[in-house]
Amino acid sequence: MQTAELADAGSALLRWIPLLPLLGSAACMVCAAVGWRAATRVIAPLAVLAAFFVSIAAVAAMLSGEAALIDRVYTWIEATPLSIEAAFRLDRLASVLTLIITGVGFLIHVYSVGYMHDDEDEARYFAYLNLFTASMLVLVLGDSLPILFIGWEGVGLCSYLLIGFWYKDLANADAGQKAFIANRIGDAAFLIGMFLLFWTLVDLGQPSLRFTDINAMAAALQSQAPGIVTIVCLLLLVGATGKSAQIPLYVWLPDAMAGPTPVSALIHAATMVTAGVYMMCRLSPLYVQSEIALNVVAIIGAATALLAATIAVVQRDLKKILAYSTVSQLGYMVLAVGVGAFSAAIFHLMTHAFFKALLFLCAGSVMHAMHGELDVYKMGGLRKQMPITALTFLVGALAIAGVPIFAGFFSKDLILESAFAGGHYVIWIVGLCAAALTAFYVFRAYFLAFEGESRVEPHRAAHLHESPSTMTLPLVLLAVLSLVGGWVGLPHGVLWGNQIDHYLQPSLAALHGGEHHLAGGTVLLLTLLATAIALSSIVLAYSMYGRSLGSADRLQQKFAGLHETLWNKYYVDEFYAAVVLKPYMELSRLCWQVLDAKGIDGAVNGLARVVGGVGDGLRRLQTGNVQSYALVMLVGAACLMWVLFR
Amino acid sequence: MLSLIIFAPLVAAIFVAALPSEPVAVARRAAFVFSLLPLLLSLLLVAGFDSSVGTLQFVEYAEWIPSLGVAYSNGVDGFSLWLVVLTTFLTPIVLLASWGDVHRNVKSYMCLILALEGCMLGCLLALDLFLFFLWWELLLFPMFFLIGIWGGPNRRYATIKFVLFTMVGSALMMVAILYLAFSHAEGGELTFDLLRLYDTPLSATEQSWLFAAFALAFLIKVPVIPLHTWLPDAHTEAPTGGSVILAGVLLKLGAYGFLRLAVPLFPQAAYEALTFMAVLAVGGIVYGAMVALLQPDMKRLVAYSSVSHLGFVMLGLFAFNNTGISGSVLQMVNHGLSTGALFLLVGFIYERRHTRMIAEYGGLWSVMPIFAALFLVVTLSSIGLPGTNGFVGEFLILIGAFRTRPWAGAVATLGVVLGAVYMLRLYKRVFFGEVTNEANRNLIDLSPREIAVMLPLIVMIFWIGLYPKPFLARIEPTTKVYLERVEQKIGSTRLAAGTGSEE
Repeated sequence: MQTAELADAGSALLRWIPLLPLLGSAACMVCAAVGWRAATRVIAPLAVLAAFFVSIAAVAAMLSGEAALIDRVYTWIEATPLSIEAAFRLDRLASVLTLIITGVGFLIHVYSVGYMHDDEDEARYFAYLNLFTASMLVLVLGDSLPILFIGWEGVGLCSYLLIGFWYKDLANADAGQKAFIANRIGDAAFLIGMFLLFWTLVDLGQPSLRFTDINAMAAALQSQAPGIVTIVCLLLLVGATGKSAQIPLYVWLPDAMAGPTPVSALIHAATMVTAGVYMMCRLSPLYVQSEIALNVVAIIGAATALLAATIAVVQRDLKKILAYSTVSQLGYMVLAVGVGAFSAAIFHLMTHAFFKALLFLCAGSVMHAMHGELDVYKMGGLRKQMPITALTFLVGALAIAGVPIFAGFFSKDLILESAFAGGHYVIWIVGLCAAALTAFYVFRAYFLAFEGESRVEPHRAAHLHESPSTMTLPLVLLAVLSLVGGWVGLPHGVLWGNQIDHYLQPSLAALHGGEHHLAGGTVLLLTLLATAIALSSIVLAYSMYGRSLGSADRLQQKFAGLHETLWNKYYVDEFYAAVVLKPYMELSRLCWQVLDAKGIDGAVNGLARVVGGVGDGLRRLQTGNVQSYALVMLVGAACLMWVLFR
Repeated sequence: MLSLIIFAPLVAAIFVAALPSEPVAVARRAAFVFSLLPLLLSLLLVAGFDSSVGTLQFVEYAEWIPSLGVAYSNGVDGFSLWLVVLTTFLTPIVLLASWGDVHRNVKSYMCLILALEGCMLGCLLALDLFLFFLWWELLLFPMFFLIGIWGGPNRRYATIKFVLFTMVGSALMMVAILYLAFSHAEGGELTFDLLRLYDTPLSATEQSWLFAAFALAFLIKVPVIPLHTWLPDAHTEAPTGGSVILAGVLLKLGAYGFLRLAVPLFPQAAYEALTFMAVLAVGGIVYGAMVALLQPDMKRLVAYSSVSHLGFVMLGLFAFNNTGISGSVLQMVNHGLSTGALFLLVGFIYERRHTRMIAEYGGLWSVMPIFAALFLVVTLSSIGLPGTNGFVGEFLILIGAFRTRPWAGAVATLGVVLGAVYMLRLYKRVFFGEVTNEANRNLIDLSPREIAVMLPLIVMIFWIGLYPKPFLARIEPTTKVYLERVEQKIGSTRLAAGTGSEE
């Protein structure tokens, strides 16, 4: 089926993109073992920078005429009818992610040099961070589902290791474990989906799990095995809800903030958590075959976007706010996939990588100055001491709120517009509500932290300072990207139009019946509406948190029940603990202490006792002298042999 | 060649026995050096192994007791090849590891390990039922003494339980072997030659009963629930080396028994038992994982994890397709490596603190970073993370099982989650957090000898994880031959093509 597409050009360049950070990781591990901390500050960022340059070279080579570059390294697993090649493939879709991972990844590595400077386990940190980058690149560049899955589980491992990086605090270790297991639940569904897909393809005479083959077979799959595509897509979606923190598996992401803040920026905002969205876009030809699956995707995305945004509104921990914000924004991307706006999903993935990484790094900068304090109610007026952090945070906030000309404005608008154009009006309204909440909670955080009166505790106030340049420089660069990053996707007909959509088109599928195009006037109206909502939310946030907190407190008291529910995140963690964890523990105890110990062993020991009751001598013969019993048997056999053999 | 591999460790055992008991270092070094010989021979075997054929190779045949039709015959194919290498690979590691924990009767310990190695190799390579049974029974002796002499406080109960469980199984198997041989003799001559017995004409009822007798012996050995309760006791009481061999190779003999004997001898009955076996296997995966979760004793936890992992192996065997069976054979090797490594690591910490209770530990990462890092790698291999050996085996088994019985494949895949739950919980409780127990504060990290013990295992974990092709390439042709044989007997034609399913 490969003949159907443009030729893939071979290139041994691709393997170096994940290999460089992998080698960097290995080098950092060696450094960690022998105690060369300082060396890792150079090795780790350089490894990612090198990967970035190789990526640029590879993308340039691809754009010079090929549909994709492919690098077949070796045959990994071969057992008829299964054959999995360790191969990488770079097409336009993968190129966007590759550049984000290595580019933003590099900035975050640089930032980490400042942030982790005084941590004695710095070398281990960089080893993990490089390993993460390598895994993420494998995920994105993998040529087949199993190769993607290597990266998929690899990033899960790194996430586990980095969330629990400060392992001495068991709460961190618990958070890491929760992340790993929630992800594994998704991964199990992912695997089952992969198995079902594989055998269905075998029956259709195409035993392959390469993306190009799957996508080429998508229509045939739907026509010859109706229903299977929907099941496969839904199983893969469950995998995506784990990795991309969607309902029902999103609960691990807020806890994941236990890790160092640059990790939150890189893994839990810019890259890893977008893997589910990427995977669904990668398989967009498959997803467009199933309307049911797409609708479920859209509903889950919209519900997650709204639910997480409502929780973010009342949180006081800056990183928690940003974490729920991430869950919510990922909901937007999933929603976009669900309405078939794949390029909009990737566009938002990209702008989100810029502004959310920026917001997290700003939070890290604040944390650095505040010695770990994250409660926004104990901040206030930080702009005076930390002007760069405040200004860059403001840029990030404007971007995520969807204020015109900032990056998030274009991508979010495109998603809402696509939902509207596709006739998904409920989804569109939900998305609009979430957008209003987004603008509100992020500016609530901004005003509480950086504006108004200082509420900083005196012992911290004295030490407030702007962060070192290794930290502020990445902030400034990301702020610039958060400003201009959206300009690659202007609305149709405006200046150069939607370049990113045009760029991604060859890699993505289109919905049946083609694109839904809205009249220019409608687009303008929708945009104005969204903008008005964002701006009024900002004004509302200012009026409540900009100067005094009186009105906010009164509101909180008036709706104490609602506030309590939101503050406790709808008690979902408690619900899971009561419905899943506790019963599982109890069942395990039952299996062990009752079934195993009393049931089976009781029966075995009881049997022995019954035998003992028949005759003590017999019992001794059977249990005490087993070796002689066996010996007698052997001697008997030997005698028999001798008799016959003689 | 094969006889050389089998008898090299046995001769070495006799030689070591002839050495003076003091100083112990001589016996230790001698045993270790001798154990390298079978390893070397088995590597030569791999080098000479023809990966293009799936039938038996290096066949040796000699009349032994002609009047009974008993012959001394050996052969190797893709099923036994890697298990042989695993056995010869683990033995030197076990001997080296025992330098730290065996201080009484060192010489006898070394002899018994070598003797055990010989018996296991004999069992794996035997092509005569009589010979197979002889080795099968003989290897109980060294194991019995290993647990009985160097075991923990409750070793008496454990050894008796171990031997009794096994004996019940083998007694029935012996009856079945005799019945089979005599049935064969009715139509021809009396023989115990496995390849000739494969073609014994049997009625469906006979097949079922004989299969049941063989299966019981092997299911106990594997062990499959609910016949598994001897295993946690045996493991907990056994010395480290005993546990490694027990988990690494002995349990595999049960699964191997299905491949070499029970299924090809009685394919019809085996195929009919497919659903039953799949239920047992999946039940074992889930049940083992659940019971492992709350174990307070590390070694017991690892023992129950074996029950869970062997469930995967059984599931693969009864997938009756290439991916399932080849994956299963590979997973036998993988389990030997990962679980062997886990037992060794638990042994290292036991030598230092003389307790295996998880609650006694906590925060060890900061005290023993190398130990923690190695433990992490082995944990990841045990939970089947891609890039490690565990993934390759599990993936092939699950994809194969999914074809044959989608529900079994699906439930087993969820079992992978449970595996992560108990292993990560163990890891967290031992290594994360602050050091709370003063006794752990000054623990010494692994010595160079201990690292040397672990290193080959770690290398193999990654090798099989990243480049399993040389292993699978030698297993697959044998799987094909095996499936063709089963196919021929049950009248289906879709198994060996790899696309086979029951329908």
